Amino acid sequence: MFEAADAVILARVQFAFTVSFHFIFPAFSIGLASYLAVLEGLWLRTGRQVYLDLFRYWLKIFAVTFAMGVVSGIVMSYQFGTNWAVFSDKAGPVIGPLMAYEVLTAFFLEAGFLGVMLFGMERVGRKLHFFATLMVAAGTAVSAFWILSANSWMQTPTGYEIGPNGQFLPGESWIAIIFNPSFPYRLVHTVLAAYLTTAFAVGAVGAWHLMKDRANDHARTMFSMAMWMAALVAPIQIFAGDQHGLNTLEHQPAKVMAMEGHYRSHPDGAPFIVAGIPDSTAQRIDYAIEIPKASSLILKHDPDAPLAGLDTIPEDERPPVGPVFWAFRVMPGIGFAMAGLGLRSLVGRGRGRPSDWPVMQRAAREMGPAAFVGVVAGWMVTEIGLQPYTVNGLLRTADSASPLDAPAVGASLIAFVIVYFAVFGTGTWYLLRLMGAAPRVHELGVRRTEKGPVRSGGITPGPARRVGGPVSAGEEE
Amino acid sequence: MFDLTIVWAFIIAFGIFAYVVMDGFDLGIGILFPSFAVGDERDQAMNSIAPVWDGNETWLVLGGGGLFAAFPLAYAIILPASYPLIVAMLLGLVFRGVAFEFRWRDPGHRPFWDMAFFGGSLVAALAQGMILGAILQGIAVADRAYAGSWFDWLTPYTLLTGIGVVAGYALLGASWLVWKTEGSGQEHAYRLAWRALLATLALLVAVSLYTPLLDAQYWRRWFAMPGVLFAAQVPLLTAIVSGFLFLALRKRRQAAPFFLSLCIFLLGMAGLGVSMWPYVVPDTVTIWDAAAPHRSQAFMLVGVALTMPLILAYTGWAYWVFRGKVGNEGYH
Repeated sequence: MFEAADAVILARVQFAFTVSFHFIFPAFSIGLASYLAVLEGLWLRTGRQVYLDLFRYWLKIFAVTFAMGVVSGIVMSYQFGTNWAVFSDKAGPVIGPLMAYEVLTAFFLEAGFLGVMLFGMERVGRKLHFFATLMVAAGTAVSAFWILSANSWMQTPTGYEIGPNGQFLPGESWIAIIFNPSFPYRLVHTVLAAYLTTAFAVGAVGAWHLMKDRANDHARTMFSMAMWMAALVAPIQIFAGDQHGLNTLEHQPAKVMAMEGHYRSHPDGAPFIVAGIPDSTAQRIDYAIEIPKASSLILKHDPDAPLAGLDTIPEDERPPVGPVFWAFRVMPGIGFAMAGLGLRSLVGRGRGRPSDWPVMQRAAREMGPAAFVGVVAGWMVTEIGLQPYTVNGLLRTADSASPLDAPAVGASLIAFVIVYFAVFGTGTWYLLRLMGAAPRVHELGVRRTEKGPVRSGGITPGPARRVGGPVSAGEEE
Repeated sequence: MFDLTIVWAFIIAFGIFAYVVMDGFDLGIGILFPSFAVGDERDQAMNSIAPVWDGNETWLVLGGGGLFAAFPLAYAIILPASYPLIVAMLLGLVFRGVAFEFRWRDPGHRPFWDMAFFGGSLVAALAQGMILGAILQGIAVADRAYAGSWFDWLTPYTLLTGIGVVAGYALLGASWLVWKTEGSGQEHAYRLAWRALLATLALLVAVSLYTPLLDAQYWRRWFAMPGVLFAAQVPLLTAIVSGFLFLALRKRRQAAPFFLSLCIFLLGMAGLGVSMWPYVVPDTVTIWDAAAPHRSQAFMLVGVALTMPLILAYTGWAYWVFRGKVGNEGYH
């Protein structure tokens, strides 16, 4: 059935599919780990029960998210070899060490302290447990550092030499490889995106519970915290995104042309196309709604500055316009909506308590899922915009694939699709169920027992829990 | 000066060994899972590995990532050659990994996730063993790439190594449970360990006899003078360790069976070294052919030297925190 299909296309679909699924989980767990550290820190400082309850509430969600991130991540670390063997052979000497550092400095750190974070508070005490939480949070951030460095090197390769057998070899300095030109921008933009995604997930859950019960203090606290994040971080993110875009214009102009939908060059001021339907055959945007000169204003800070279009790029070096163009409408659109909601919350704060703004709560509830869409859209802009290369300008995607026959790649693609939808679909359902349960006083931790005395298992020092005392209500088992 | 390629070969070997023994025992528990009674026995088994499985699996990422980084050519040949096995292993690991969390989240479907835990562990272990066999029996290589056909990885030999690894992991899992549980669960674990040991030894002997027949090269490595003087120590020590392990099981020792099982795996690894050194793909690609350039190796060696002691320290600490018998109430 796959005889007609191209093995490279199938391998690309498989990579896009598995990495899209995978990306969602770390984007959530990077932010959530930090949020948990903040909650536990606040609890240790203030002693307020509400922070401990929220910590436990989100810890259960974190455990499920993290497990899905780990297993989908292992798939990624082998996907390079199974489907992209030529890329692995050629870029391994440069990319490989960055990923090895990710494993050594991040994955082990997260995994090593995760067990203590989830189950160990009674065994190690509060201080050491807080340390474990901090280490897990640090691990997620360090992981982002290395993997985004590797990804950025593929976008803007520097510091390499080409070996006699066509391999990319590291040059004199690893600094030039790690801190390649697009890395600082991509790192800031992506990590902020992870924090915002988490903030809006937390905000949506808080909003949902506030809409059901206006008196729920726990929901109010998380909603309020989330809106602070939105108000402070979303505007910074817009600035960071703009800077990242300027950096891309400098190093990957073809990607920006696709993002803007500029098939043609504009010698005296390019318009910003708000919406339209890209037609790559005719090389134009149909039904375009344009703001004249706005694109030049954004990208060059001068309304009359000339901007080159895809007509200046050889045809076989152009990224596909459609998906990049559309993803670049979705991502900033969601970003501006986040900033708008955040700023609106500041106005509201002057007038009353967050629990009293039903319209905002409804908006925040809708923005939770939208945040994840925004993250995936951002990833699509950057990766599809890199096409037709895997290492920008140097190694083509078509020349990177393994020597596999299409049916082999197709069969494994089908297996991944079925298993991912079944397993991660179920996992997402469990996450939604956890989020659907209202946070409450004396929230229970991650417990691991079938029956026997019901306890606030694992995460304690639990509230007023006496051996042989009354069973606290509502244990989820 | 040091030959960094040799250093890296030992680091990768260490990573693979660490993975095999650590994830080995928790995969082994998955393989044995259906034989545990629903309820306390299963919960105990799961609880005994819940805090550490994630760290254990990280060694697999180090093995994959390390191979990619230090021996990119080997990574680029072995993975396409064993493609269906790798995919099966990954999907198996997906199922068993999420089962740790999902079985607690959804009591109504717990039997399903328990089966997913079992099936995923079994498939992952079988696939790992068959990948080992596929490498040992040789891989067709042409022009820096895999040049074999679709089903080269499926032979009686790879099936034998696959089942061997399944039995070995079951031995590790059972002896881990002997250490971590008590009461009827521990009695059950003793019985399982006994059977798993017999199966492991039988398969170990079968693989050891089969391997030299695959290729004259293996025959020379194992039976020609003077190498045989060194090589013969491996089966000899294995026999001695197995004897001690039988004794330890009969005398109802707590921790000894697990550590003796580890010794059997260590000796298996030594045997693998005798068969393969210095090749990564037997007869075709040596570690020096596959090695990354000196700069890559040196850069990563700095990272390993700085982080590995810390990793081992906090991994050890995590095990220490959850030391002792599991009990049936989770961690308290």
